[in-house]
Amino acid sequence: MSTTRAETGAKASRAEYCVIACAETWRGNGEVLASPMGVIPSIGARLAKHTFSPDLLLTDGEAMLVGLDGAPEGWLPYRQHLTMVTGGRRHVMMGASQIDRFGNQNISCIGDWAKPKRQLLGVRGAPVNTLNNPTSYWIPKHSPRVFVERVDMVCGVGYDRAAAAGPSATRFHRIPRVVTDLAVLDFATPDHSMRLASLHPGVTVERVREATGFELTVPDEVPYTREPTQDELELIREVIDPTGTRDREVTEPKSTRDREVPDSGRGGR
Amino acid sequence: MSDKTMSAEEAVARLESGMTLGIGGWGARRKPMALVRALLRTEITDLTVVSYGGPDVGLLAAAGRIRKLVTAFATLDSIPLEPHYRAARESGALELMEVDEAMFMWGLRAAANRLPFLPVRAGIGSDVMRVNPGLRTVTSPYVDESSGTREEFVAMPALRLDAALVHMNRADRLGNGQYLGPDPYFDDLFCEAADAAYVSCEQLVENMGTAELTKEAAPQTLLLKRSSVTGVVETPNGAHFTSCVPDYGRDEAFQRLYATTPYAEFAERFLSGDEHAYRSAVEAWQREWNQ
Repeated sequence: MSTTRAETGAKASRAEYCVIACAETWRGNGEVLASPMGVIPSIGARLAKHTFSPDLLLTDGEAMLVGLDGAPEGWLPYRQHLTMVTGGRRHVMMGASQIDRFGNQNISCIGDWAKPKRQLLGVRGAPVNTLNNPTSYWIPKHSPRVFVERVDMVCGVGYDRAAAAGPSATRFHRIPRVVTDLAVLDFATPDHSMRLASLHPGVTVERVREATGFELTVPDEVPYTREPTQDELELIREVIDPTGTRDREVTEPKSTRDREVPDSGRGGR
Repeated sequence: MSDKTMSAEEAVARLESGMTLGIGGWGARRKPMALVRALLRTEITDLTVVSYGGPDVGLLAAAGRIRKLVTAFATLDSIPLEPHYRAARESGALELMEVDEAMFMWGLRAAANRLPFLPVRAGIGSDVMRVNPGLRTVTSPYVDESSGTREEFVAMPALRLDAALVHMNRADRLGNGQYLGPDPYFDDLFCEAADAAYVSCEQLVENMGTAELTKEAAPQTLLLKRSSVTGVVETPNGAHFTSCVPDYGRDEAFQRLYATTPYAEFAERFLSGDEHAYRSAVEAWQREWNQ
């Protein structure tokens, strides 16, 4: 990895690893709508379309399908968007105010639903998304407040809840990834509980465990999130996000525990 | 054929306390705000409001007019959380039927098609079922060949409305309505799901089908049919401060003011008079703000 850096001449920032990890969620998806929510997922989706997933569809955030240059190529008003969801030709990356170890997600409210301590967005399209098209999550600040034992309101359906609800719920249900500012997580375990899939360079397993409010499955060997290529770094920095909006969503770690650890210390354990 | 034009006051005079009222648009996009402001000038209350919520919900909630809300969210788009809706929820001020965005659409479709429900996959397994104990499921009479089972769906009940309020770019006196922006949202469904529908428009045109604008815009922009429209109200700037493209975009500065001003103060300054007074107050504020 350090050789790659030497070759590129510029070390990738944490935000850039997050962009790479988000882009990777759309790899191999083919001709489907990429629906990124959040700054870094949006950069990631565009990066994927620029490079290894050129067939992805993108929207302008309203009713038009647009190419990478912003030129419209089609019409997608809400009523057709909902058919894109239920027809399954879409991979959405949503946010989560809370998420649990089986991938149940909450964006509705915190506390008792009947009289919430904090009203948030509402369920929005999380129930329809999770039962119909692949749904990944982006969490810009990995913390025990987000990664909780139990979410207060199940908006996005997790693996345990889908299984309990039966074949209609599990038929098209899939949560490919959860990407955070620290790591990539997935549900590739026998019981579909959350697993640490990769660490962003500079992050330790211990740091992820501390930031996760439930027991996380950690494989013996945890890889690092891959390095961006020179081309990818140029695309991110010069074409897709020249003003650096990514650094406002994920800031470069400053505290000692988040700082780059020497290679000898990077066992991933 | 009858001329359905009326004033905003005449339209809201046909509403009653306790009604189920659908409001078109989406979030802070093409909301019938002039009709909502007219409603706020009446004593009508105890409403069940059915809306893809935006500042329509915020204003009515802040004024204490909503008994029950049916929605999937309330947002100002550029400001993710609707502050007055949020305050109403956190103080337990209104009853809520919180459903998914797609469930909501199928509820309107069921009502528009005079069906008691429509089956939807969305909702199964989520807490939408927990917080709406009245929701029932329905089992497919057909065996799914891939799984050998009969799938179970939410039986989304029809969202039948006593009345609907929507805002169009153009309409004629008969109730034919046209949208010229990128998205029709669900305004046709709101009108079809309602016993009475009141349509405000930026501009009234004569004979919609032959009007100049219709020659330029494709026929599929003619969203509303007069058979599902009861009243037509000409309200230039009637969606303000939400967006109504291509006539105008969202008034972001004014929306920020709305979102950061206590409701009583906002209402005192902008909502104490008629629509003309509203426009004047907004213009006065804009002059101040631009200085």
